[in-house]
Parts: sequence; structure tokens; C-alpha cells
Amino acid sequence: MPQPATPPEPFRTTAPAAAAAAGAPAAARPTERFAARTAGMTASEIRALFAVASRPEVVSLAGGMPNLAALPLDALAVEVADLVARDGQVALQYGSAQGVPALREQICEVMALEGIRADPDDVVVTVGSQMALDLVTRIFCDPGDVVLAEGPSYVGALGSFAAYQARVVHVAMDEHGLVPDLLRDALRTLAAEGTTPKFLYTIPNFHNPAGVTLAVERRAEILDICAAYGVGVVEDNPYGLLGFSGRTYPALRSMDRDVVYLGSFSKTFASGLRVGWALVPPAVRDRLVLAAESATLCPPAFTQMLVMRYLAGHDWRSQIKTFTEAYRDRRDAMLRALETHLPEGCTWNVPDGGFYVWVTVPEGVDTKAMLPRAVTARVAYASGTGFYADGFGSRQLRLSYCYPTPERITEGVRRLARVLEAELDVMRTFGSPSRQSLRGGPQAPSPHTP
Amino acid sequence: MIERTVAVLAGGLSHEREVSLRSGRRLAAALRAAGSDVREWDVDAALVERLRSDPPDAVAIALHGGEGENGSVQAVLELLGVPFVGTPAHACRRAWDKPTAKAEFARAGLDTPEWVALPHTTFRALGAQTVLDAMVDRLGLPLMLKPDQGGSALGAQVVSERAELPAAMVSCLAYGDTVLAEQFIAGTEVAVSVVEDQDGPRALPPVEVDAEGGIYDYTARYTPGAAVFHTPARLDATTLARLEDTALAAHRLLGLRDVSRMDAVVDGDGRVQILEVNVSPGLTETSLLPLAVSAAGMKLGELYTALVERAVARD
Repeated sequence: MPQPATPPEPFRTTAPAAAAAAGAPAAARPTERFAARTAGMTASEIRALFAVASRPEVVSLAGGMPNLAALPLDALAVEVADLVARDGQVALQYGSAQGVPALREQICEVMALEGIRADPDDVVVTVGSQMALDLVTRIFCDPGDVVLAEGPSYVGALGSFAAYQARVVHVAMDEHGLVPDLLRDALRTLAAEGTTPKFLYTIPNFHNPAGVTLAVERRAEILDICAAYGVGVVEDNPYGLLGFSGRTYPALRSMDRDVVYLGSFSKTFASGLRVGWALVPPAVRDRLVLAAESATLCPPAFTQMLVMRYLAGHDWRSQIKTFTEAYRDRRDAMLRALETHLPEGCTWNVPDGGFYVWVTVPEGVDTKAMLPRAVTARVAYASGTGFYADGFGSRQLRLSYCYPTPERITEGVRRLARVLEAELDVMRTFGSPSRQSLRGGPQAPSPHTP
Repeated sequence: MIERTVAVLAGGLSHEREVSLRSGRRLAAALRAAGSDVREWDVDAALVERLRSDPPDAVAIALHGGEGENGSVQAVLELLGVPFVGTPAHACRRAWDKPTAKAEFARAGLDTPEWVALPHTTFRALGAQTVLDAMVDRLGLPLMLKPDQGGSALGAQVVSERAELPAAMVSCLAYGDTVLAEQFIAGTEVAVSVVEDQDGPRALPPVEVDAEGGIYDYTARYTPGAAVFHTPARLDATTLARLEDTALAAHRLLGLRDVSRMDAVVDGDGRVQILEVNVSPGLTETSLLPLAVSAAGMKLGELYTALVERAVARD
């Protein structure tokens, strides 16, 4: 519960004036009091370059903002007004740390679409699934603990792992997702040095940033391997319902009740509401709820109740279909443009859902060092190194097709192609040198980059 | 005092947009606190119409990089007859292009690190390795590479080994078509701001930059705590006076107006080597001009209010 800002006098042990009089050292600069684990949270040249992405002159293929244009805003406005009028006393009040019980029941119905049978008691509602990720890392990872993640992996997850000083070991993917043999190799190597990772963090469906989906026949094998090595599994599934064929894949959690599953309404409804969740084994639940309580006391009742009304009163499945049809058109536009414009030596995958295409550029090109050239040419992308914890990915870049219109996507790819040609031209002049990278801070755009 | 309406221009489409937005917010707040009626405008297709339909008494430019420093925005303001704080367009262009400014310094007998500026096309036409070898023979190692135009240390890097040079060139050329290669000068990094009042230009106390790891790059510039500043710089009185004189000389030489900042290194012999001058010094929480202003016992808002009055009076 909130405390008064100033403790009542009898509880104060040392008055500030008394401390100063006793010869306490003068306050150091606040920046000298930063925790060592935040040393990587610095200004970043890369982040600064994304500032122009908000200007309409720039085609941003960098951000991962969902396209909300198709949402029925008039109907939602009525819901919001009615929510405040009828249920304002509850919606505007503190709520349960675990989330509104009725929403947790609805969340179980959503998860059932991917084969998950869950008890609402095991669902913890969070402020976006990003918070769930932060809390899960908080309760499982001590500094130096190892987390396995696909290479590349979601930049926001890498940020959480770094914040808790976990060491990330990447496991490569192919066009069918995480490669079981490579997972086994990584675990064997770690076991040889006496290390058991805390968990495997995986995005099985329409991966961010790689765009690939874990083959169904690999899913049980991945779970078996992790079980054999005593490694937990954290399944992050924000895109699972955004398949272009309408197909869904069985969640890892549907095959193994010990999997920690993270879900979100950010892509299926509205990212600005910040409503996500974790489905956890009962043994984990209480600790996660306590961690959540210390972070936020409770998730906002208002946004949870709006999601409840939306799920109960609107055809949200049709809405998802509308979203995915728009995303499919945009993906098609991007693939056509890549095929038409990108120079020889570039390769990319064909995503069946989600938001992203992962492009590999000709050898020697450093996509991070090339970004200023792209910004000058009024196009932005996310360079690959931001999606690795180990400096890998300089030859890759992520293109998002979720937000711009198909026409803008085509124009953006055309500009990117010219940027690549110019970069290759300069590289030929200097003999295709191996590259240095820019220094400092986050290396990928923030999620709210358009 | 009359309440002035001031349009603070910030943002733009340069690589330094983020820094500019931060400078703009700080300047706008300082001017408001000093009693001005402030609008905050980006530089986009709506700007000219805004200036016409809602004409301010003066414009204060918090743009960094590109059109805000190369004289383009200033030229448009001159065309429209809008008074503005800062250097006139023709002088901006001289200061903005580092090789041009360095040539002026050298001609006037001011020290600046030895340099060569070459476009990509020259390397391509003459053979990059031969030209790079000649560069190293003449300037030695380490070398400082930077884009010939631009600020915030974007694209700047120290190159210590000949083998690193080709890659560094490619990275630098991602910011622009021409690279400025300078002899790297070890020493004390100092910034000296110059402001003008009715008595003409005067130098503010020199600010010494002590960057973590010795490299005052983008991260060190904009991460609070990553660099420690000493105002005045920890140098003897003669050197401090020489720094101030040099900043004033550079300000006058290039025809700068109202406010400028000289970045320099005091080398082992105590000589002031000018790196560059800025017509639109940064005004963020970690920027150098505000530190100098405060060390001089002034407030940023009062300084810029006085500069606004100067701009209005010039009209």
C-alpha cells in the first residue's frame, strides 16, 4: 500500500541536518550512485539515429509498432465511456496483484486456440508481456546465470537479461526454427563447464526478429532436451495468432505444463493498453505474484476491464483476421520489393505470420555502421547486432512490414537498395575491410519507434 | 521588459535530431522562465507558413547538424526578414565545413591539427591504399577521422593502426561523402564558449572535458556522468587566457555572431589546437555551453533573452 512521502517524526532516525552536522560526506553526483548492473544503459549513437524515424519523410522499417488502423475506435469509445460510467469505482481503484479474475478466465479461452488447457489461477496479468519477462528473469536469474536464447532473439528480452546480469548463450536457428542438435550441443558444452542454464527463452511462432516458426515436429524434442538437462522453458508467444494462413501451432505449454508461457494483447488488440500475462506452473505462481506486487502493486484495473469488455462484446477473432490480412498484404509488398530491388548477395526469409523479415546482406557490410547512410537516404531499419548479446549479427538487418503502407514499404526497400549499393561501392574502394561497430547503449530501436 | 515571442527551432532531419530536440526543450524552458512567450517548432514543410502566420519577434535556433548549422535555415530566415539569434548564413557555411574553417584558422596563424580532407571519389579514382599510405606518411598515427561536416562526434573515431584504416574510412563515409583526417593531438580537451553583448564578444570560462576512457564520443557526450567537466579548466592562468583569446579570435575570424563554441585541445607544449567551432552549441543537460554560462554566473534564459533583444534590435 502507498506510504506517506515523509515518515511521521517519531520514526525518523536521522534528520538530514543532523547528518550534515555530524560531518557526513557531501553528496556525490547522482550518477556516481548508479548500480553497476546499469552500466550498459548509456546514450546510444544508434538510438539517436532513430530519432528521425518519427518524421514522415523517413520510411521506417525499423520499429515493431502494430498497425491499429483497423480497430473499431467508435465502438471502443462507447465501451470506455460505459466502463467509467458503470464500473468506474472498480476500474479506477487498486485491484488484485494477480489481475482481474474474470480476465484471467478469458485469457485461458484465448490460449485454448493454441491448445493450452490452463487454470485461471495460474495466470498472472502483467503490464504487457515485457513486464512478465522482466519478472520471470527477476525470480529465476542471479547475476552470472546463463539463459539460452535463439540467435537472434528479441531485443527487449536481451535487455531484461542484461538488466539482471544474466549471461545469454545463443542457439542458432534454421528455416524451421531452433535447431535441436545445436541446442543439445550448447547444453553439453555448458554442462562440461559445470553450468546449467536457468531457462531457454524461445519465441516459437513468427519469430522476432528472424520471422521463422519452430517446426511442430521439433517442439516435443526441444522440450525433451531441456528436461533432460534440467533447464526450464520460457515460451514467448505474442505473434502466435497472426499466422497468414490462419493456422495456429500447438504451444510448447500445451505439451508441457512446466513451461512458463508469456502472452500479450499488444498485437491482437491494442499495444497501448499494456496488458499481457504469464501462465506459470502453480509452484512458481506465488513468487511471481509477489514479484509483480513489488513492481507495480497491481496491473491497471482500467485497461484489464477494457480488454474484458472487448473480448466479451466484440468479434475479436474477426478483428485478428482483419489485422493479419493487412499484415499479409504488407509482407507481400515487402517480399516483392526485396526481390525487385535488393542487390545480388542479399538473402531473406519468407515469414508466414508476424511482423518481420530478416535480411542477410553481402559479406563485409556492417549494417550498424551503414545506418547513418540509410538515415540520410530517409529509410530506417534495425541492424542485426541489437538482436544478439554477443556482437554477432553485423551482416543482418530486420525489416518490419507491420506499420507502413504497402506503397511506403516499396519505397523504403527501394531506398534501402540504393543505400546498400552505395555502401558496397565504398567498400570496393577500400577493399571490403572487416568492420568496426559503433559504441555504446542500446543497439536497436525502442519498441515505440514507428 | 517587453515580453517577446520567440520561436525555438529544434529537430530537423539531421543525424543529430535527438540532441537538437533536447537542446530545444531546454532552451524553450529557459526562455519561458525568463519571461518569453515561446513556441517550439520543428523544421519541416509547415515552418515558413508558421513564420508568416504567427510571426515571432525572433527565432532562436537549437538545431544541430545539417540545415540548422550549414546556414540553410539562417538563409531562409534572412529571406523572410525574420530576426534570429546566431550567426548569419554566409558565416555558418564557413564554420560548418570543417576543412574550410581549418584553412581559415591556419591562414590566420591559429593552430589547428594538420589535416587532409578527401571525398570518396578521390580514393576511388586514385586508389585507396596509395592515398591512405600517403595520409599516414604525412599525418602519422594515430589519426582522427571524422565526417567533414557534422557534430556530436557522430562518425568520429581515433585510428591507431594502419590496418584499421580502411574499415574506419567506410564507417566514416556512412555519414557523408568526404572524410576529414586529422593528426591526433593528445592533450587536454577544452571547450570555450563566446557570447556577445553590447561590449562585443567575450569568452566564458573554458570547460575541460575529462571523458571516461579518454574518448569524448557520442556516448560520453550524452550519458550523464560518463564525462567529468572542470570549469574553469585545470590549466594555468596563461593557458586559460590563451584559450579565451583563441576562441575570440576564431569567433571574429569566421564572422560568427551572438554565440559560438570553440572545441580545442591544449597540447603538450601548451598550444591551443582548434578542432572546430560551432554556431549552434548544444544546450542539453550534458552540454558545454550551459556549464560555461553557469560558471560565469549567468542563467541560460537570461543570456538568450538578451540575445533575442539583440536580434530584434538588429532588424
